[in-house]
Formats: sequence, C-alpha cells, structure tokens
Amino acid sequence: MEKQELIAKINEVLAEEFEVEIEDITPEANIKSTLMLDSLSLVDMVALIESEFGVKIKGTEVSSILTFEALYDFIYERLA
Amino acid sequence: MNNRRVVITGMGIYSCLGKTLDEVRESLYTGKSGIIFDQARKDMGFRSALTAHLEIPDLKKELSRSQRVYMPEQAKYAYVATCEALKNAKLDQDYLDKHEVGLLYGNDSSADPVVKSVDTMREKKDTTLVGSGAIFQSMNSTVTMNLSCIFKLKGMNLTVSGACASGSHAIGLGSLLIKWGLQDCVICGGAQEVNPFSIGSFDGISAFSSREDAPTKASRPFDRDRDGLVPGGGAATVVIESYESAVKRGAPILAEVIGYGFSSNGDHISVPNVDGPARSLRMAIQQAGIDLREIGYINAHATSTPKGDQNEAKALFNVFGDYRPEITSTKSQTGHEMWMAGASEIIYSMLMMKNEFIAPNINFENPDEDSAKLNIPSVRVEKKFDTFLSNSFGFGGTNSTLIVRDIK
Repeated sequence: MEKQELIAKINEVLAEEFEVEIEDITPEANIKSTLMLDSLSLVDMVALIESEFGVKIKGTEVSSILTFEALYDFIYERLA
Repeated sequence: MNNRRVVITGMGIYSCLGKTLDEVRESLYTGKSGIIFDQARKDMGFRSALTAHLEIPDLKKELSRSQRVYMPEQAKYAYVATCEALKNAKLDQDYLDKHEVGLLYGNDSSADPVVKSVDTMREKKDTTLVGSGAIFQSMNSTVTMNLSCIFKLKGMNLTVSGACASGSHAIGLGSLLIKWGLQDCVICGGAQEVNPFSIGSFDGISAFSSREDAPTKASRPFDRDRDGLVPGGGAATVVIESYESAVKRGAPILAEVIGYGFSSNGDHISVPNVDGPARSLRMAIQQAGIDLREIGYINAHATSTPKGDQNEAKALFNVFGDYRPEITSTKSQTGHEMWMAGASEIIYSMLMMKNEFIAPNINFENPDEDSAKLNIPSVRVEKKFDTFLSNSFGFGGTNSTLIVRDIK
C-alpha cells in the first residue's frame, strides 16, 4: 500500500471509530486531544490499529507516538 | 427520621410492550403480547426460540462514544427508561449535581460482552483486542456504574442481584434507605439483557415454553396447560423519595410505597415452595399496616412454569383466603422480564391503577386445581383500586413483595 493510501485509510478508520471529523486529523495534530482519548480509549485505538492493519503497538511504544504523523510512520515502517 | 413516608415521583420504561409509558399503557389495555419466535436462537440449538422482542436503542445522538462504549444492551435500556423517569419526576441535572441522589438497580447478568470478549481472547490470543469497554460491560454492576457516571449521581450506588426478584428488592431496599432517613431520593429499577447468550443455559434446563407454533400463546401463567416461561427483558426505572423531599421540590407525587416484605425459602435452588412466598406476603402486609382487604389488585410473579405458578397460587390462597381481589400476571404479555420484572411490574400495576383498569391475564383459558381458587381475569377489567401488591420471586428462593398505595 502506498503511504498516502495508508494515511487515508488510517484517518478514515480513526474518524469513524472515535466519531470526529476527518478534516480534524492532520499530520501535526496531537492524537489524544484530536480523538479525545483517555487512558481507556487509547487502548481502543491500539486495538483498532491491530485489527485493521495487523500492526501491534506495545505499551512502551504508544507513549512516544504523539502526533498522527508519528503514527503513520510507525504503521508504515512495520508494514514495509 | 426512621419512619419517613416513601413516595413514587417518576417512572420510565423500555419494554416489549412499548418504549414509553403511554405505549405500554396502551399495550396493557389491549392485552398485546410482546413475544416472537427468533430463528437465530433455533439456529444456535435452542430448545425454545421464543423471546420477547425489542430493539436496542441507538444512543449516538444522546451519548458520546466514550459513554456508550461501556454500555451493554441492558444499560442502554436502563438509560432510556431513566431519562423518562427523571423527566417525569422533574429531576434535572442541576438537582442531581447539588444533591446526594442514590441509585439502586436490579441486574443479575451481563453475558453478551463476556462471551464476545472470551471469543476474541481465544481466537486472537491477545487481551488488548477485547477493547476498553468489555470489562465495564461485563460486570454485574454495569447498569449502576454506567448510569451513576452519566447522570453524575452522588448518593448510594449499588446493583442488587437477587435473581428474578432483583428489581423488586431494589425498590424495597431503596424505600428502606429513604424511610430510615439515609437518602432523600433514590433512582431504582431493574434491567434485563435479551440476547441469546444470556439465557441459553436457562433454555438448557427446559425452563422455557416449547409452544413455538404460537408465540403469543406461549406465556400462559396460571393456565392448566402452561409449559414453561418465555424470556423477556428491557428496563424499568422508578424514582422514589421521601414525601417531604417531593413536596419541597414540587414533584408529582404518584403513589406511596407502603410495604416491603422479603424472605428466603431455605429450600431448593430452582423449585419454589409455598411457605417462603407466603412469609414475604405477610411481612409486606404487616409492614404496610393495612388490612389485606384494602388490596384491590395483585400482580403475581407467576411466570408460566407448572410448579412456580402452582405454589404461588397456593401461597396467595393461604394468605388471602376467601378475599379474592383480581390477580393477574403481566408476564402473560411480556414474558418473564427476570432481573427487570420486579420494577417493570410496579410500573405496569401503577399504569393500571392510575387508569382504572386491570390488564387481562392473557392465555388463561382453563384453571388448574390451585388457580381455580383465585380471581384471575382473562379479559380486561375496568376497575378503580387504590392499593396493589406485587410479588417477585427468584432462584435460590429469594422472595420480595411490595405494596403500593395511590396518592391523588
């Protein structure tokens, strides 16, 4: 999958699951504040990424993924 | 402070007879059945695929994702019922924020999220994939934990698990908290999930009616040819508070909870006896401090099982003797609403009392030896009454009886 295609897909599933406008998801935006995630719903994001893209994000890794750009890169690298 | 009057100031319901009090009143009046045949259950290997039918409410507009994700179906039913009850009781969020309003709700299972979580864990070997909602959906206290957070309640916060008497005990225990001055207002009720997972094991002990060719005829409490219960569900909320609190708020005062009786059979795990229910009945009447002839209507527990109905009929006859007020089981229309039943049947009886009728015990075509001694109408009765008694009994031999008196 091309990276732009992957980004579009990531944005789509996140917007649908967390009920936010897809336009609000920009590369530099903060994931937690944009998706309104607390410590519990962060688990749902990890589960969603794993079930949709087959990419597992460990607990130690998720704390360093702050922006959507970081998330795109993380998933893209694991799929490469 | 230890003998305060307890009044009902609001009610709300979500059941197979309707999604509002008005719809349910109409269904009761016309004797409508809420029972259907569910092919999905048959495909799962159910002996009986009969069930009450209701839709899971879509709360996307009312609640955020982070609120909904922790709610199993019965919590959604309870939310809808509670919104209606709070509105009718004139309780707004500002009042809930400033007072210690309690919450006591009956619930005794949450099978669907448990089964789905375990399926995920078995298949994926990864607990993260069950998601954040599963633990909160799976616990027995799921209804009270969800409602207390959504409505930001600050008083007693507890789930009552007393099998099929859960909802009745919730109201009874809530009334004691108010009577003793420990709470001014308590949101009470009962909720029951309706998915197949929750009652497959109940079907497995041949407790359900197998009259699959005639779903609306299957639940036939007290009838000679009854062959088992039909599972139902939904949620019912009853707001109770001290008389003083209700007057101070200018709340609608609908009726008074004047008696709560309870007992345990100390006997078989599933087969009810006569002595336990009779003691619960007598205790409620004694607590109410009334002559039993003041009771104008009895809403029986009667679930349509051969032994259960027989023994309740014996208990009622033992207690009431030659005084024969109308006795019906609304389970003839709703099926057995189990953890919810004790609360919903207070609402059904309230709707009848306020609208001066007694809903028919549908499908009561031929009495047996014990039900023949009781006054069980199979057609609607137009009747004014101002006091009713409601029985609820459960597995393990837990019994609860409530007596409610009208306030006009």
